[in-house]
Amino acid sequence: MTDVSPKGAAGVRMRSVDKAFGPNVVLRELNLEVEPGERVVIIGPSGSGKTTILRVIMTLERIDGGTIRVGGQHLYHEPVGDQLKAASEKHIRKVRSNIGMVFQHFNLFPHMSALENIMLAPVKVHNKSRDEARETGMELLAKVGLSEHANHTPGQLSGGQKQRVAIARALAAEPAVMLFDEVTSALDPELVGEVLSVLRDIAEEGSTTMMLVTHEMAFAREVADRLVMFDNGRIVEEGRPSDVLDTPQKPRTREFLGAVGDQ
Amino acid sequence: MSEAVATSPTPSGPSTDQKLAYEPHRKWYRRPEILGPVAIVIAVYAVLLGVEVQPGRYRSAFTADGDLALDWDYFFHLIPQMLTGAYVLARATVLGFTGAIVLGLLMALGRRSQFKPLSWVSAFVIEFVRSTPLLVQLFFLQALFRTTDVVNLSGVQILVLGLALHYGTYTSEGYRAGINSVPDGQWEASTALNLDPITKWTRIIIPQAVPNVLPALGNNLIASFKDAPMGGPVLAVPCMLFFANTIRAEDFRSVEPMLLIGAGFLLISIPAAWGLRRLEERIEYER
Ligand SMILES: Nc1ncnc2c1ncn2[C@@H]1O[C@H](COP(=O)(O)OP(=O)(O)O)[C@@H](O)[C@H]1O
Ligand SMILES: [Mg+2]
Repeated sequence: MTDVSPKGAAGVRMRSVDKAFGPNVVLRELNLEVEPGERVVIIGPSGSGKTTILRVIMTLERIDGGTIRVGGQHLYHEPVGDQLKAASEKHIRKVRSNIGMVFQHFNLFPHMSALENIMLAPVKVHNKSRDEARETGMELLAKVGLSEHANHTPGQLSGGQKQRVAIARALAAEPAVMLFDEVTSALDPELVGEVLSVLRDIAEEGSTTMMLVTHEMAFAREVADRLVMFDNGRIVEEGRPSDVLDTPQKPRTREFLGAVGDQ
Repeated sequence: MSEAVATSPTPSGPSTDQKLAYEPHRKWYRRPEILGPVAIVIAVYAVLLGVEVQPGRYRSAFTADGDLALDWDYFFHLIPQMLTGAYVLARATVLGFTGAIVLGLLMALGRRSQFKPLSWVSAFVIEFVRSTPLLVQLFFLQALFRTTDVVNLSGVQILVLGLALHYGTYTSEGYRAGINSVPDGQWEASTALNLDPITKWTRIIIPQAVPNVLPALGNNLIASFKDAPMGGPVLAVPCMLFFANTIRAEDFRSVEPMLLIGAGFLLISIPAAWGLRRLEERIEYER
């Protein structure tokens, strides 16, 4: 495992992770390993638990059993001697600083401009000066093609623009692992392309580890190092995108790809 | 997030004039149309607290014409005294409600506390006070302070205390609703950005909760003003109702004083309700 450095990539190791909502078991002894710098796309039917995988890594939901390591550090556990005990809030915060997430519904702060959305965490969490944060913020806005929109609020932006600001906001914290949960699903079809092209740029340039949930199969084929087919809380099949998409081995995968109309 | 905007990715952004006119990035505490009314309210507070008026005994030097059902001369003659009563009432309301704003915040925080006993006690106090009438609480407080000689509180002071306690439970519910009205996505984005609790509350939650809390606070302020006259009969607070009762006892006239205090309440409540409505419209928050 690599050490954690803010700019370096970090792997994610999920071991035997359980997660249930009441009687509804969503993740069953899930083992999923993502190498540092790897781009993994998770596909699967609605309700199969794809979002939950990302949410437990982001610590938006707590796991019921198993372990998750990010960049070699346990997320929910702290080693004490050779034992693991439940992690303190402080420990979770420390490990969480390596992780960033982009949401389906953007979740931008509506009372702040695009630039303020991006600058908040660098200034408040990473102790950057305002000038420094503004400069990186403007660079990030340029990268996602929104330089002219720095002072616009989310309410003044289109869906695709909002999502690009949200991506810039997540990038500003320089996370080693980035999670993308169906980031184009809430967009009008004609706005999907602009967001995917930003994601493509990030995948090409950086060394960031990326875990993406998406229904855009052509995009998955293009950026993914590995495709994971997920159903009913378990991994059904995984492999190179072309292999899984062109010659699926499992009937469940064939059925799902047939339903979403793979190209 | 309005999807109506989603189809206009032009630099001008908003697709309608109405959206253009709206500038939400000016934070509520920087917007004159919100600061203005708040400043007026604070000024009124300051005046009410600053000026000390001790109404003497309500008594009219003028006698009504016994043949008339409604003697207008007598009516106008009573106005200054009624205003004194209104002042006493407004002052008690302002003091009581200031207490309610602070007490309510403490109770709301207590109820949200991770420390379970504190949370339970706060919830119990809130539910208990909210589900018993103010009238009963005033009688109870009076009995408490008059029978135990520990602290000697005047009628007005007991009224202020009662209003603070009673309306504190309502404002605490207002705070709670305001906080809950901030969408889950905002809390989740705060976690994903690893914001510390202080930044999360001061920069994300409170700025979005305040516009939802202010109207509720205003409604409670008006309601507490309408409840404050209970101090008259229960605690002998020399307020508007007390004035009317005194005049009735002295002059055997009740139509004029009662009409007057009705007018007095309208005079204060209608502008307050109107101002509140305007405030609500202006604060209307965009998501
Ligand atoms: N907060 C929650 N409370 C209760 N059930 C939930 C919650 N979040 C997700 N679920 C349930 O977990 C299952 C998986 O959901 P999710 O991970 O969102 O699936 P996917 O993203 O693959 O569509 C669904 O049955 C959903 O109803
Ligand atoms: Mg999902």
